[in-house]
Amino acid sequence: MHILSTIIEALPYILEGTLVTLLLVAGALSVGFCLGVPMAVTQVYAPKPFSRLVSFYVWFFRGVPVLLLLFLFYYGLFGLMGIDVGTVGASCLVLGMTSAAYQSQIFRGAILSLPTGQLKAGRALGFTDLQSIRTIILPQALRLSIPGWSNEYSILLKDSAMCFALGTPEIMARTHFVASRTYEHLPLYITAGLIYFLITLAGVTMLRRLEQKVRIPGYNTAGM
Amino acid sequence: MNARPNDTPILRAEHFTKYLSGRKILDDCSISIYPGDVKVLIGPSGAGKSTFLQCINCLLEPDEGEIWLGDRKVDVRNTRELCELRQHVGMIFQDFNLFDHLSAEDNVALAPRKVRGMNKQEALKRAHAELRRVGLEDKARLYPAELSGGQKQRVAIARALAMDPTVLLLDEPTSALDPELVGEVLTVIRDLASHGMPMIMVTHQMEFAQAVATEILFMEQGRVIEQGSPDELLAPGSQTRTQDFCVRLHDLCGGEAAAQE
Ligand SMILES: Nc1ncnc2c1ncn2[C@@H]1O[C@H](COP(=O)(O)OP(=O)(O)OP(=O)(O)O)[C@@H](O)[C@H]1O
Ligand SMILES: [Mg+2]
Repeated sequence: MHILSTIIEALPYILEGTLVTLLLVAGALSVGFCLGVPMAVTQVYAPKPFSRLVSFYVWFFRGVPVLLLLFLFYYGLFGLMGIDVGTVGASCLVLGMTSAAYQSQIFRGAILSLPTGQLKAGRALGFTDLQSIRTIILPQALRLSIPGWSNEYSILLKDSAMCFALGTPEIMARTHFVASRTYEHLPLYITAGLIYFLITLAGVTMLRRLEQKVRIPGYNTAGM
Repeated sequence: MNARPNDTPILRAEHFTKYLSGRKILDDCSISIYPGDVKVLIGPSGAGKSTFLQCINCLLEPDEGEIWLGDRKVDVRNTRELCELRQHVGMIFQDFNLFDHLSAEDNVALAPRKVRGMNKQEALKRAHAELRRVGLEDKARLYPAELSGGQKQRVAIARALAMDPTVLLLDEPTSALDPELVGEVLTVIRDLASHGMPMIMVTHQMEFAQAVATEILFMEQGRVIEQGSPDELLAPGSQTRTQDFCVRLHDLCGGEAAAQE
């Protein structure tokens, strides 16, 4: 009984953290998307020096632990650059920049999987390359990217728990805070785990719905 | 067909040379299109026919050579002039290259909207008119994956026509099709030719070429080695390379090809 009342007492506090977590994930996915799409396009279509630059970015962000990146930017680089966006802002940006590295590779793979004739057909009709990419390539590539993107969502959601280390008041940080006061570690962490589990499930389900909704009639994406 | 010094050709490709991976694929090829011309390019596989066609609308940039639209030389390094050239020159591909994410009507309406800035209604109206012309108005809402090969190719033709091209390039438009679907596409092309649409077509459908072509160009190893009217080149016993090639083509798949027509 005591356990239950601890959980009920802590729940509003942890749920508030859930909102912060959702904000982190939404923000990071958006940052990652807005950077990832142009990065993928650059890698596939831009001249060597530019695509090299993107490859370097991807190599860096994929090669270093997220936790280290959080510390590196929050305690180091952001300070040097005079950027003060608070713990939530910093977490969003760092997770977003990391996600951009992964998302760009999802989009790049999708772009490369399209038949080259699509771009050719656009060019032959008088489209500029940028127009073709915007109206022909990306609408198809983004559809193909949804399963990979859904994967990225669920990874990012769980990576967001590391922002706890900066003191970002998200699910993990708040659960840890309550647990260290009440010593009810087991039930509290199980509760937090359930919350993560439910958000993952909800997000992945929504993305699967989206995939069905934008599906091209008759187009076979099996095996993607 | 040939020397008409008083007219300016609609389109002239002059002295095209193209290297790919260090190999000379196209060697000093030229072609001029006058109003009403239907030029048929034939030749063995690897002769450079597709390369030549793609150089004409600069999907491949020729290493040497000039492109003239009417009496204006096109500077293909200039994006605006390049896009303008491509709007004048419609292209039909062997494997259709329809935009897979768009319905037939949107495939046709996309370029009028995005390239010519038509509004959506106007573009769709135009798309329906073009789809009617190729006999597919009732398929306007279907997606490429829901169409047969022959229907896809006809949508591709409608898509090219919606940009009011002054010349059409067709690269083996029927060779990816099941034999029973070849006829419907050839009918559309023949109809266009009879309405005076100038075109350059690569094809192995020799009966069709003979019936429609104003001139046949025979290519081998990157060069145009023979050119002339079908009557000149294909007359029995004319001893041309073209004739020889067609006889061998006929022996290979003659029965089937003849059944098409
Ligand atoms: N990207 C490329 N790099 C190197 N060689 C190429 C490339 N593309 C084509 N070729 C070569 O150029 C030659 C001409 O090719 P092309 O496709 O123009 O021939 P074609 O006459 O259209 O033949 P087909 O009847 O088979 O379509 C071929 O020998 C081909 O191997
Ligand atoms: Mg070819």
